[in-house]
Amino acid sequence: MALLSVKNLRIEIKTRAGVAPVIDDLSFDLDAGESLSFVGESGCGKSMTALALMGLLPEGVGSVASGSITFDGEDLTQASEARLRALRGNDISMIFQEPMTSLNPLYTVGEQIAEVLRAHQGLSRKQAWDQAVELLDAVRIPNARARAEDYPFQMSGGQRQRVMIAIALACQPKILIADEPTTALDVTVQAQIFDLLQDMRRQTGSAIILITHDMGAVAEMAERMIVMYAGRKAELGPVDTIIAHPRHPYTAGLISCVPHILSTLTSEREDLVEVPGIVPALQDFGKDLCLFASRCRHAQPKCVNQRPPEIAFGNTHQAACWRAEEL
Amino acid sequence: MSLIDPENTIPEARSPFSEAWEMFRGNTAAMIALVILCLIVLGAIFGPYLYPTDPFDMVWAPFSPPGADGFILGTDYLGRDLLAALIHGARVSIIIGLAAAAVSILIGVTVGALAGFYKGWVEELLMRITEFFQVLPTLLFSMVIVALFGASLPMITFAIGVVSWTAVARITRSEFLRIRELEYVMASRASGATNAKLMFRVILPNALPPIIVQAALMVGSAILFEAGLSFLGLTDPNVVSWGQVIGSNRQYILDASYTVTIPGLAIFITVLCISLVGDGLNDALNPKLRSR
Repeated sequence: MALLSVKNLRIEIKTRAGVAPVIDDLSFDLDAGESLSFVGESGCGKSMTALALMGLLPEGVGSVASGSITFDGEDLTQASEARLRALRGNDISMIFQEPMTSLNPLYTVGEQIAEVLRAHQGLSRKQAWDQAVELLDAVRIPNARARAEDYPFQMSGGQRQRVMIAIALACQPKILIADEPTTALDVTVQAQIFDLLQDMRRQTGSAIILITHDMGAVAEMAERMIVMYAGRKAELGPVDTIIAHPRHPYTAGLISCVPHILSTLTSEREDLVEVPGIVPALQDFGKDLCLFASRCRHAQPKCVNQRPPEIAFGNTHQAACWRAEEL
Repeated sequence: MSLIDPENTIPEARSPFSEAWEMFRGNTAAMIALVILCLIVLGAIFGPYLYPTDPFDMVWAPFSPPGADGFILGTDYLGRDLLAALIHGARVSIIIGLAAAAVSILIGVTVGALAGFYKGWVEELLMRITEFFQVLPTLLFSMVIVALFGASLPMITFAIGVVSWTAVARITRSEFLRIRELEYVMASRASGATNAKLMFRVILPNALPPIIVQAALMVGSAILFEAGLSFLGLTDPNVVSWGQVIGSNRQYILDASYTVTIPGLAIFITVLCISLVGDGLNDALNPKLRSR
């Protein structure tokens, strides 16, 4: 059985114009130790999915309208706040986009790691501190014992993100959600962080859900990917299969935006193509049509009249497009 | 020649505390005020041992002016030593100032923290209560409390604290509303922190700087408040405080103005120093005013 199973999840948020589904009928499974990636432009509901998994949807604004999130046989949408709190940071943890502001400025990084260990594993102050130092060492902070007593402002962005990873992995969670973990970092550091995440995944056996809009990161990090568009799943499948043969025109567009994923430097390179247009406005999200149709060069009359079903290609690959089979 | 590991050389960054202290030290007025304030507090603590004359003892003829007959600050209408009253009264004035500020910080921070953290109906309710207290005439309200429940020191402290917490509540709430949306609060939430931990270990420490400034200013206004109540006679007659000295001598203000002026000056200097220190703290703790 899958470690995490999301079924027909629908998340609605209140806007001035009314209720809009930011996540519309999303289903996927995640196995233990697996690496799954969510890809899509800004505003496609990637981060909302992450927050829903953590039970941290913004209060009074977003809520799960229907569907289920089953983790280890337990439906998280029905779980009590206390139960969710016990899971957060212990079984499911999360890394945020902005390492510069994700650490509390008033506590040393060692204290912040130890805090999680004490809260979830009931370690003593001394044990938690020792383990915090070990974790800092594991995320390759040099001179960990001394650096544990540093405050966040004494560290660089890359180091802070390592500390965040140490906090997230302190309790060896079953799932680690990384919400654009490298967006705020410069390119050389990005590669180091991805290496580190891969390493830590091997060591702890945590499954990783990577949220990103960087196709290059997906190719490097993930085994399977989900392409999200306007709150809906556009395509799901193994990364290799999708990159080799995208079935959804949006996926194809995203891939063609990235230089030389496909071609080597010596061969003839294709021109970079942009995906024209922008993501539709929130109030259009729930409509019964293909939301990508307005930006799609393969659009047909059918596309604006009815929402496309998810068409399966083999056991592992699905795409929600009327013309998926032709493309 | 040692090899420098680029990851190990940290630019010498200063802790927020030392940075604030440096800012504060650069403020001459605040530093002078701090020194005077320290002297006043030391005088309040050790003065009574160095000058043990009982401020209630009638030691000499009434209305002897300062300097005359060996009494540095003279005597009041009952022939009591004014210097003794000033030294012994400092304790009470400062203790009431600190305790009343503590009471109002306690109430204000609790109300503001709950309102800013939980929002929704909790915030509505608490802020309406805050507004209720805000529109009450403070002196009148505390007079009613003291008149009803007796003029003991704890009751006066409570009466001052209970009417002056609204500003703290509003500042705390606004800081909580701002900080609760920051990423590190979300990150703490995501690592399973309880609401109590989020409020008191994560948000409150980060909300402290403006609260500290407000607390410093409140000590000054509480001392003034106590003086006001004492002036009106709403004070414990068995305990000498600066306000009480002014109050008991107020009928003789035209004959012996020094009996009122001297304790008045003591209050004035103390409160002024507290305000200057508070102002210096504000400059030091307010990141917007900090030169970077």
